[in-house]
Amino acid sequence: MSKGVAITGMGIISAIGNNVAENYDALINERKGITRIDNIETIQREEIMVGEVKFTNDELIAQLNLPPSNNYSRTAMLGAIAAKEAFANAGITDIKKYKTGIVSGTSVGGMDMTEKYYYEYLTEKAPQKYIESHHAGDSTQKIAEQLGIEESLVTTISTACSSAANAIMLGARLIKSGKLDRVLVGGADCLSKFTINGFKTLMILSDTFNTPFDENRKGLNLGEAAAFLILESDEVVKAENKKVLAYVKGYGNANDAFHQTASSENGDGATLAMEKALKIADLKPSEIDYINAHGTATGNNDLSEGRAILRVFGEEMPEFSSTKAFTGHTLAAAGAIEAVYSVLALQNNMIFPNLNFKTPMKEFSMIPQTKLKEKELNTVMSNSLGFGGNCSTVIFSKEA
Amino acid sequence: MKKVYINSIASISAQKTFENSSFLDEITDYNDTVIFAQDPDYKQYIPPAAARRMAKGIKMGVVAAKIAMDEAGIQTVDAIITGTGMGCMIDSEKFVSAIIDNNEQYLTPTSFIQSTHNTVAGQIALGMECKAYNFTYVHSAISFESALLDAKMQLENDEAQHILVGGVEELGAHTTNVHRVINHIKPETVTISEVLNSKTEGAVFSEGANFFVVSNEKTNSCYAELVAVETFNTLQKEKVSETIVNFLEENNLKISDIDLVVLGNNGDVDFDNFYNQLSEGIFSKTQHIFYKHLVGENNTVSAFGVWLASKMLKTQTIPEIVKMNEISNSEIKTVLCYNQYRGQNHSFVLLKKC
Amino acid sequence: MSDLKQELKEKIIEQLNLEDVSVTDIADDDALFGDGLGLDSIDALELIVMLDKDYGIRLSDPKEGKKIFESVQVMADYIKEHRTK
Repeated sequence: MSKGVAITGMGIISAIGNNVAENYDALINERKGITRIDNIETIQREEIMVGEVKFTNDELIAQLNLPPSNNYSRTAMLGAIAAKEAFANAGITDIKKYKTGIVSGTSVGGMDMTEKYYYEYLTEKAPQKYIESHHAGDSTQKIAEQLGIEESLVTTISTACSSAANAIMLGARLIKSGKLDRVLVGGADCLSKFTINGFKTLMILSDTFNTPFDENRKGLNLGEAAAFLILESDEVVKAENKKVLAYVKGYGNANDAFHQTASSENGDGATLAMEKALKIADLKPSEIDYINAHGTATGNNDLSEGRAILRVFGEEMPEFSSTKAFTGHTLAAAGAIEAVYSVLALQNNMIFPNLNFKTPMKEFSMIPQTKLKEKELNTVMSNSLGFGGNCSTVIFSKEA
Repeated sequence: MKKVYINSIASISAQKTFENSSFLDEITDYNDTVIFAQDPDYKQYIPPAAARRMAKGIKMGVVAAKIAMDEAGIQTVDAIITGTGMGCMIDSEKFVSAIIDNNEQYLTPTSFIQSTHNTVAGQIALGMECKAYNFTYVHSAISFESALLDAKMQLENDEAQHILVGGVEELGAHTTNVHRVINHIKPETVTISEVLNSKTEGAVFSEGANFFVVSNEKTNSCYAELVAVETFNTLQKEKVSETIVNFLEENNLKISDIDLVVLGNNGDVDFDNFYNQLSEGIFSKTQHIFYKHLVGENNTVSAFGVWLASKMLKTQTIPEIVKMNEISNSEIKTVLCYNQYRGQNHSFVLLKKC
Repeated sequence: MSDLKQELKEKIIEQLNLEDVSVTDIADDDALFGDGLGLDSIDALELIVMLDKDYGIRLSDPKEGKKIFESVQVMADYIKEHRTK
């Protein structure tokens, strides 16, 4: 029996709530966070809907008590807020007591600032402080700074939409190998003109509320968010008498190797990722109680992922739903916010609804769970599938 | 735990390094502040249908990967793990400037797609039809070492047999200009022989790709044993020596066991002291090897340091151009690589003769 | 009409960076996607932008592109009928 890695804390900020409790409340009350965009000026405004965190950058700066000279990108600020909640939730008081590291995922990084000041950087002094915060590792470094993590293993993963899931995976392996006693894992991404326009050119953005797994789905809504889990070794859990929220029981990453942005029709990559995760977890498909799907509501993803789920589970498919109708697709952070939702599902024995669903897809008879459902849950599987064919699955469990 | 070996290498850099048969035989002197990679014949490796979309960084990564795979004599791998600090700059710049210049209109997808950090790893997988584990690390100067550590963990635990690991960095015109403005680049042109003693701030920026096939089985092409990799987000200058001593102790080694120390001096007067304190201190009796005077500075250039260390271990020779002092060794058995960038993201890589 | 077809061939080569292809290599009825010129879905998206920018034709569904971009001839016919620029 393969032992899981203990999760002792979590933190989140998303379009449906500024902390774990608010997110949970929105999920059980079907309160989605999809609106028109307010914080960014874009000509696409009336043609898209997003899952936006309704704080302005100034409000985030105030929340974090940052000095005026700070050079935090929005990604870094969202990340810091969620990371701090996770740390507090895990009851960590002495950061130096154990070997602590960070693995975070991001795709936007500091691009939100770079696109704002792209040309100004060359002529104006004031915005130049953001030049150093463009690179993808910066938001992770800022989080390390906020939490006082020094002289440690701190790194960043960027594999598009599977980034945070991969961060969780690496974190679990670092704990299992003994390289770290404690690790903050998750991801952060903010909305940006870069991603809004990028996805627009791919023609996969919906102009209305996204409808995962629906026959008439029109595409995704982009979102922004950050979420982190604290993973701790069994020794630390015992020594500090920690309450364990859930366990990272299994994980798998595979590559579709089909196309740069589209998934293969039969979802080879997703199938492999799910199979690998089950193998690590030493679980059979029938032992998975709920699947939190990637379910972005694009024509391609839902078909590909749906087929993959069918291939792996067949007749033994448990309830599944995509929570992206609540939050939008938060890109690199998706695997992290959905990890938090998976843990919440386990803690509360609740399956969250796949909102906006009306018509089953014609290709198969898979119907997502459309209403909130109470069910005894011991295991939850979470999928995150990204560009470059990067497919990741993480399995969370109640017991080790 | 199984031992881990570097079985093949490949480097595309500012020097002519893409042919594994030579070893810094021809040195290109430059007199510049920014130096570009010397290209192999990309057409030989990449079909035109794919190449037409690829900016330089992707081409460098894909080809360096192929060269490493060819040398290792394998068709596929159990994992592809890459590192890049800045990602695909050329495509990112193209897309951002198009957004601004055209006010978000008539934008085309190719540069957006190619700008994602994991595009190189994705392209390599596509080319090999490799459905295995595929990660990309993007943490400044430890991007490559993170990839290497991940690979090492998998191989030690026998979760994989052969892994392709690499670092890629590409120069983008706008980003270069932006870094000049904040004095990260040398203020005046310098040559190879001048740069390390230039006593000015900044470094000579560069680009390149360095790939390796790392395995838990030694093959005929083996270059080195990868003994240990460690990274630190921060490290006070005063603590570096002590940290190295501890790192070596954890691997049952003493300072005197190190035959060569590969240091990441880049000529930046503000930060080379991290290295100089070692060459004047704990490593004053060790052979010092430098490389950034040849290939410049970028977030994954430390992979070139590993390339260099691997080649020296295999050939048991040290090119004159990389020697910074004269301490003779009868045999090169153990090499330590140390790198950091602007005082952050420190890494140690320990290699042994295989 | 033949001017438009010539123009389209030049634009396709330029927009899609087909370095080794010249205008004379593309026959009017050659299949552009799949076996013919070997273009793919990313190229289709590029051509959709070209239709909008240069000819004022806006497609809302990328799947429409499949039919329109069958060959240079088909493209030219469609543009002639629908162009607003």
